Amino acid sequence: MKAFLSLNGVRKEFAGSVAVEGFTLDVTEGEFVSFLGPSGCGKTTTLRMVAGFEVPTTGRITLAGEDITYAKPNQRNVGMVFQSYALFPNMTVAHNVAFGLRVRKEQAAARDERVAQLLELIHLPDKGDAYPHQLSGGQQQRVALARALAIRPKVLLLDEPLSALDAKIRDELRYEIRRIQQELNITTIYVTHDQEEALALSDRVVVMSRGRIEQVGPPFEVYNNPATAFVASFVGQLNRLSAVVTNSASGTVRVGDSEVRTTSPVDAPGGSEVFLMLRPEELTLDDQADNVLTGKVDTVTFLGSIVRVQVAVNGGRLTADLFNERLLRLPVAGESTLISFPAHACWVMSRESH
Amino acid sequence: MTISTAPVQADAEVLPVEPPAGGNRLFAWLVVAAGAVYFLLPLVTTGYWSLRAVKDTFGFEAYRRVFADPAFVRSFSESVVNAIAAIVLSLLIIVPTAYWVTLRLPRLRPVVEFITLLPFVIPAVVLVFGLIRMYGRPPLLLTRTYDSSRVLLVCAYAALSFPYMYRSVDNGLRAMDVRTLTEAAQSLGASWATILRRVIFPNLRVALLSGALLTFAIVIGELTVALFLAQQTFGPFMANLTRSKVYEPAAMALVAFAITWAALGLIAFLTRPRHKVTR
Ligand SMILES: Nc1ncnc2c1ncn2[C@@H]1O[C@H](COP(=O)(O)OP(=O)(O)OP(=O)(O)O)[C@@H](O)[C@H]1O
Ligand SMILES: [Mg+2]
Repeated sequence: MKAFLSLNGVRKEFAGSVAVEGFTLDVTEGEFVSFLGPSGCGKTTTLRMVAGFEVPTTGRITLAGEDITYAKPNQRNVGMVFQSYALFPNMTVAHNVAFGLRVRKEQAAARDERVAQLLELIHLPDKGDAYPHQLSGGQQQRVALARALAIRPKVLLLDEPLSALDAKIRDELRYEIRRIQQELNITTIYVTHDQEEALALSDRVVVMSRGRIEQVGPPFEVYNNPATAFVASFVGQLNRLSAVVTNSASGTVRVGDSEVRTTSPVDAPGGSEVFLMLRPEELTLDDQADNVLTGKVDTVTFLGSIVRVQVAVNGGRLTADLFNERLLRLPVAGESTLISFPAHACWVMSRESH
Repeated sequence: MTISTAPVQADAEVLPVEPPAGGNRLFAWLVVAAGAVYFLLPLVTTGYWSLRAVKDTFGFEAYRRVFADPAFVRSFSESVVNAIAAIVLSLLIIVPTAYWVTLRLPRLRPVVEFITLLPFVIPAVVLVFGLIRMYGRPPLLLTRTYDSSRVLLVCAYAALSFPYMYRSVDNGLRAMDVRTLTEAAQSLGASWATILRRVIFPNLRVALLSGALLTFAIVIGELTVALFLAQQTFGPFMANLTRSKVYEPAAMALVAFAITWAALGLIAFLTRPRHKVTR
């Protein structure tokens, strides 16, 4: 597919320190892409370069075939939604939504129609005459979304739009954003440091760390086949056990006294110390899978739909997430247990890279 | 024993601690009373004199005479026009400056703040001499006619208003998220002029009003600068009257005082904390 928005070798320095570097990404039309990464990794800076609030130190940005690297923010036709909503407090909801259309000198009739249409889209058709301070946070953010969409932007940019909201509203609005995005088929970049949000919403996730892209891919791919140690530990939870390589070619390592089989060759010589990484949900407290370890139950936490069990094993501690069911026998702290996992769930990492 | 002490301790934590009352409070009231006497006595005396224009009776004759005097009406309205011109000029200088400093040059804020405070440090006499020396000479020659001097007067008043205006505007700007609002407007296609006019100014309304009213209160009876620029405004008029009359200046002083307080009251009213509808 042809790139609609593309960033090419983008780099941004602030007074000598590098905020973003080597950022190359092609986004296709109608795609929903999330930037995911820890605080300070350069997500906002990258988004702001697309919006035009920052100018790249080097590199190019093109949008719909046009080089916008140095274009002014008010000439890009880009919709922006901020964490703090940033509604104009002196204007009603309708005037907020109409702001961009007024600036564009659109005819009053067409403008009013567009505003009504957008208020309908965000399910606030009756709030046109309300002022921002009369709305809840969730409603304000909906209005901010409508305001950004009113100008029919080429791309919609959202910078942690939900982080100021309560958990419940956050979930609700998350799906609302996705629904609207798909309804309008608008190219969207969504910045977040919440992995659940990124995984739930996106067509593709861009995982960033220290100003660089670590991995780009669909959520399922990024979660299940992390490209780097950073991605593996940042996206989702990960257990880490000390292990020693016994056979590099066949991918076998030893944890404590037990041999553990993996599915791919290990990139380290035999006898070297490595880490064995495992996702909590791929562990079971039985001996049914390829690899079996013995351990002692440490803590059991009932979380509703899942039961989190910590097991001390030779070489470290494992957290296992079991699905709740009525007939489940809850493990008891202190008892010894078997813990098993399939060969394909294993991921071996050299110690230096961590 | 341990059982009985626990609740007592808990109670002690919950109960508010009474201040050591008595002597302290009495002293505080005394200070307030002394202050009140100090401020109110001259006011009462002035009020008394303003009502004694007709021998042996109380009445508003002095006020009537003041308001009937065409020179009062003329000088007062001239001062009002000057004040409004100074306010507009001051706003046009201060708002874009404060906006730009907040948005792009936050590190310069202390410098700008200091500059706007200069009118507090420089006595009005020095200011007006400086103005005359600078602008009364070629090539500008602003002191040559009454009207050109008046322009200079308005400029001087605008400068005198900077401390109040900058403070009000700066407070107003701090109360809103200038940067994000600006960026939101920019991404919607707005130019700088549009942002200032449609977003910044309207959201500063209360701050601007309070700055404007303070300026008004200061400028309306200003004497020194007006005198040195030979302007027949309210300040010099009142000063002049004091020399020849007894009761009228008292009445006029009270009128000026009332206007000032009305301005301050209006500020307090307009900037009162509103009941905010949230969530
Ligand atoms: N205007 C600026 N001047 C100087 N340094 C900046 C500026 N903006 C960002 N930085 C720096 O660039 C780096 C990346 O910042 P950025 O805001 O893009 O991070 P982020 O990924 O959005 O983080 P967060 O999740 O905390 O929002 C940080 O180290 C930050 O300190
Ligand atoms: Mg950020």
